[in-house]
Amino acid sequence: MELTDLLELHDVGLSRGGQRILAQVNLKVKRGEIVAIIGPTGSGKTSMLRIADLLDQPDKGRVIYDQLDVSRDQRARLAARRRMSMVFQRPAMFNSSVGYNVAYGLKLRGARGADLEERVDEALRSVGLSGYQRRSISGLSGGEVQRVALARSLAVRPELLILDEATANLDPSTVSAIEGLIQASRERGATVLMATHDLLQSRRLADRVAVMMAGTLVQVGRPDEVFSQTACQPVASFVQGEEFMRLVGDRA
Amino acid sequence: MDEITSGFIKAIELIATLNPEVVEITIRSLGIALASTVLASALTIPLGSLIHFHSFPGKRAAINVIQTLYSLPTVTVGLLVFLMISRAGPLGHFGLLFTPWGIIIGQTILRVPIMTGLTISALSGVGSDIRDTAISLGATGAQAMWTIIREARAAVVAALLLGFGRAISEVGVAMMIGGNIRGYTRVLTTAIALETNMGNLELSMALGIILISISLVVNLVMNRVQGRWWS
Repeated sequence: MELTDLLELHDVGLSRGGQRILAQVNLKVKRGEIVAIIGPTGSGKTSMLRIADLLDQPDKGRVIYDQLDVSRDQRARLAARRRMSMVFQRPAMFNSSVGYNVAYGLKLRGARGADLEERVDEALRSVGLSGYQRRSISGLSGGEVQRVALARSLAVRPELLILDEATANLDPSTVSAIEGLIQASRERGATVLMATHDLLQSRRLADRVAVMMAGTLVQVGRPDEVFSQTACQPVASFVQGEEFMRLVGDRA
Repeated sequence: MDEITSGFIKAIELIATLNPEVVEITIRSLGIALASTVLASALTIPLGSLIHFHSFPGKRAAINVIQTLYSLPTVTVGLLVFLMISRAGPLGHFGLLFTPWGIIIGQTILRVPIMTGLTISALSGVGSDIRDTAISLGATGAQAMWTIIREARAAVVAALLLGFGRAISEVGVAMMIGGNIRGYTRVLTTAIALETNMGNLELSMALGIILISISLVVNLVMNRVQGRWWS
C-alpha cells in the first residue's frame, strides 16, 4: 500500500532582514517514516524545521499537513500544530517542576486528573526519569533537561515528531537512549523529521536523508544512495568532511 | 541625646502596649497602601502586557515616557488629583477630597508608571524561546502570553511589592489629598510629619519604627519570593 504524505513543503522560501534563509525547499514526508535533514551549520535546517512545526510562516511557498494547506490559516495551523511536537536543540524549560513541563502540552489538549498524571508518568518512564515529577528543572543536568524535553514532546503522542539536533552535546549512553526512543515512537506509528549533524546517526535511524546546503535541499534519498552517490561536489565535501571529523574524534 | 533615648524607649512602649492611636494609624496605612497596590496592579499588569506583547508605532517612545514618569514628583500628582477631585473639579461631585479613597486614587496614579515599566521589564526578561516552546506545544497566542506572565511571576510580584513599599512610605499625596484628618485620613507618614512638628517625638518615633519594620518585612518577602522562584 502506498504511504500517504503527512507533511509537504512546496517551494518554501524564507528571508530575514533582507537575507535569504531558505529558497525553493521541496520535501514530502510520508506517514511513519524517519527523515533526517543533514547539512552544515547555518544551512537553514532549523529554519526549515520551524516552518514544518508551524512556528514560523514561510514568505513563499506552501505547507501542507495531512492534505490540508496550513500555510496561512491560523485556525488550521493551531489544529495541525496540536498533532505534532518539536524538541529544540537547546530546549527552553518552564521555570517550574519537571511534572509541570511534561504536563504542559497535555493540559492544552484537555488532559486532566488521573489521565494527565498517568500520561506524565508514562512519558517520564519512557525517558528513564521515573519519579522526577516534583523535581525542579533548575537542578537537572543538560542530559536530563534534554530527556525531559523529549518526554514533554512524546507525552502528547505526536503524529509528527520534529527533532532539532536532539542528541547534540550529549554523552553516548544518552544518545543511544534517545535514538531508542525515536525508533520506539516510529514503531508506535509516529512520523519523525529530524535535523542532525551526526551522519552515522542519520544512517542508523533514517529511511531517507535530505541534504541542505545554503538554504536549499540539494539531495534527498535513501541514506546509502546519498552517502555513496553524492549529487554534487559540495555534498561530497560535506559528507567526507563530517566522516573525517568523526574518525578523528573516535581516535582522539 | 537623652531625649532621643527616652523617646525611643517610650516609642517601644507605645508599640508594645498596642497604643490605640498607633494601631489605628498603622491599620489605615496598610489598608490604603494595599488597596492602591491592588488597584494599580489591576491596571499595570494588563497595560504592561499589552505594551510588551504588541508591536505598534511609537512603542519605544511610549516606554521612554513611562520610564520618565518613574520620577514623577508626588506633590505634582497630589496637585493634579486635588484639582480633579476638588469641589470645582471635573470629579468633584464624587466627594473624594480628604477621604481615604482620594489618597488611594492619588497613590494608584503615582504607582502606575513604575509598576507598568517594571511589568514590561519583567516580561522582557522571559526569552522568546519560552514563547516558541509554548506555541510549539500547542498553546494559542493568549495561552502563550499567560505562560510568559507566569514565567515572569517573581519579577512581577517584586514590582507589586515595590509598589506597596512606595505607597506606604509616600507622604505628598497622602497629605494633600487626605488632609491628615485624625481618625479618618491620618496615615503613618503624615502622622510622623505632624507629630514631629508638634514636638511629640515618642509617637513619631513609634510610627517611624513601624514604617521601617513594614519596609523590612516587604523586602524580606520580596527576597523570599525571588529566591524561591528564581532558584
